[in-house]
Amino acid sequence: MYPSRFSYEAPTTVKEAIALLSKANGEAKVLAGGQSLVPMMKLRFAAPQILVDINNIPGLAFHSADPDGTYRIGALCRHVDLEKDVELAAQQPTMAAAAPVIADPIVRTRGTVVGSLCHADPQGDWASVMSALGGSIVAEGPNGRRTIPCSDFVNGPFQNLLEPEELAVEATVPPPVGTRAGGYLKLERRIGDFATAGVAVSLELSGEQVVRAGIGLTGVGPSTICADAAAETLVGQALDQSTIERAAQLASDVSQPRSDHRGSEAYKRHIVATFVTRILSNLQPATEQAT
Amino acid sequence: MTSLFEVMPAETAVDTPVRKLTVNVNGKQETLKVEPRLLLAHMIRQALGLTGTHVGCDTTNCGACTVLFDGAPVKSCTMFAVQADGHDITTVEGLASASELDPIQEGFKDEHGLQCGFCTPGMMLSAKALLTENPNPTEDEVRWALSGNLCRCTGYQNIVKAVLLAAESLQHQEASKDEGETL
Repeated sequence: MYPSRFSYEAPTTVKEAIALLSKANGEAKVLAGGQSLVPMMKLRFAAPQILVDINNIPGLAFHSADPDGTYRIGALCRHVDLEKDVELAAQQPTMAAAAPVIADPIVRTRGTVVGSLCHADPQGDWASVMSALGGSIVAEGPNGRRTIPCSDFVNGPFQNLLEPEELAVEATVPPPVGTRAGGYLKLERRIGDFATAGVAVSLELSGEQVVRAGIGLTGVGPSTICADAAAETLVGQALDQSTIERAAQLASDVSQPRSDHRGSEAYKRHIVATFVTRILSNLQPATEQAT
Repeated sequence: MTSLFEVMPAETAVDTPVRKLTVNVNGKQETLKVEPRLLLAHMIRQALGLTGTHVGCDTTNCGACTVLFDGAPVKSCTMFAVQADGHDITTVEGLASASELDPIQEGFKDEHGLQCGFCTPGMMLSAKALLTENPNPTEDEVRWALSGNLCRCTGYQNIVKAVLLAAESLQHQEASKDEGETL
């Protein structure tokens, strides 16, 4: 299979990329890792007239914390960059848990985090992680930069709020107000499959007490689900058994799974509750350590 | 008749905009003119005649088309040839030297790490990337590294053994090299 014809542009600056996008009148697509876009082009689900390859733009392949604690992921940060960063677990435990379970190892060497968020697959893993973390997308256009919260960024399956002339230059996570803890668990039938169910939990702890929490669910609804009630029930609490059980139940309640070849509705709800419990229970030693 | 996967000519009609690219394939500099939509896998197979790179599923699932792109495994059916401009590609043909097989190839031979052989080039390149980074992997690490490469024949047992054997023989090679140096 091969895609329909397109013209290929390989800008070397963000400014140049934005100029190309502006000129294209919405007929251009940005190529970062291409691990979803290229298959879609081959299947002719996507047929952009112009492909703007951003891989030659220096300075976008980073992931790092600012002095104020804001964590930034550049547009060319690949899944493998996070997977292989041994220090990430201490800084961003939810991301560190998610990176190794994205797609398969070969896809992870090319695919990017920001590209994945922009692709806006309703069953994508990073969207749950970023909504649990309260993250945002930074879009740059001809008139400068703007920040769009990940919870608003996706406005439909495979659709996002970027204007045609905007480039998503980075994803950001706000500074923590406590010690970060969290995790991502994903059940998949085989490596590379979509999640049967996935759960992202992000916590910020002050001593044993949860001061901020976010929970995102993958694969158990028409799109990413923010389990806000489940997260809120944790805030102000220590992670004792009854609190954990309550959060697990609320997350399971808010999920909207459908019975399909990956499992029944009841099974998927059970997995959501199990994963919330498992992540929160395994955090307890870290909580003790922090006090 | 050519395979359906190969109907796309590497060099296209005169009216199609083509781009010139220079790519280092298995240590050899190649300059080609390609249509932007030409896939890297097709460039390797048709323009360069290196048919060891196999196109299996053609949908980014199976990993048969895996090549090393600047040393990292990528699915060559999921990249455009133009993206390889200025980069290094290693295909399965680049593993063996003129006189001997790569220890990974020896491993697959000795442990019978293949049946039909279709997935083997991709398996060996994923293994190559793993052993370059982690010369002494555990069985779990081998299975993890190969989890993007599908094999429908073997059940993976002998493939994993082959990679572990290759790791062992590479360690022996390193050890005897070190001994040679101290002497």
